[in-house]
Amino acid sequence: MTGDLDRYDYLDGNAAAGPLSEIFAIDVLSARGRCAACGRTDAMATARLLPHSHGLLLRCPGCSAILLRLVDTGHSVCLDLHGLSFLELRRQQNGSQPNPPQPT
Amino acid sequence: MGIVSPGFFGRRRRDDPALPPGQYLTESFPVLSAGPTPRIGPDEWEFTITTETGQVHRWSWDEFLALPQEDVTEDIHCVTSWSKLGTTWRGVSLDTLFESVESDCEFTMAHSYGGYTTNVPLEDLLGGKAWIAHEFDGAALEPEHGGPARLLVPHLYFWKSAKWVRGLELLRQDEPGFWESNGYHMYGDPWREERYW
Repeated sequence: MTGDLDRYDYLDGNAAAGPLSEIFAIDVLSARGRCAACGRTDAMATARLLPHSHGLLLRCPGCSAILLRLVDTGHSVCLDLHGLSFLELRRQQNGSQPNPPQPT
Repeated sequence: MGIVSPGFFGRRRRDDPALPPGQYLTESFPVLSAGPTPRIGPDEWEFTITTETGQVHRWSWDEFLALPQEDVTEDIHCVTSWSKLGTTWRGVSLDTLFESVESDCEFTMAHSYGGYTTNVPLEDLLGGKAWIAHEFDGAALEPEHGGPARLLVPHLYFWKSAKWVRGLELLRQDEPGFWESNGYHMYGDPWREERYW
């Protein structure tokens, strides 16, 4: 669905942190995602979320196309990522991370 | 009397036989929306029924308003658990719109301005069970509630009553719509609590 982005009330993608942290081991909202519709690439936290929807939807802040759909049915979580053509998930840079494998 | 009080959970079905299981009564009219609200003027609005042969039946806003109008009072049930009883609508019965349509299909897909879709079996649209509604509570249907016109199929969960409807596509086989493709039930009978897959 598309429309006039300035004419609806939305939250930023951080509002999706709770449901997403339940199923992803890393912080998806700090990842960079590319909109499959318009190609805009930005942090997922910049996506837009309508607070009153049947399911969790993150929309592109550029063209309002849907990037991510999540529906919690109670016994399962349904996740649709077809609106993302690319997602860059960065490893945390701290001392607790193991060293990358070295060539032998 | 039991030792443990059932507590207060709002007005549930136990108190009102008009409420399906798991529903609570609301007096307000909550707005649920998956995206920006389309603003469709009468000049650009049209409603179509497209058959399996590709034949398109088309009504402009004026042609739609010239059809026989019905005033209906119906209970509506949202999958998010609120129900609103005795809502009043004005619109055109799908029986009227399908009078001139010939098809062997048993299923339909409703398409909305803005891209939303939802699937409804044809038999659930006929027999005085569904309308294209353009008034709510005696006033023009507001865009936030699906105006200028929405599908009204009150015996199914309200996500099937597509806001901003622009057409029905007849299908030989049932196919999932927007929510049905990601967790929501293909049929959505509130009395059987058909919320999810």
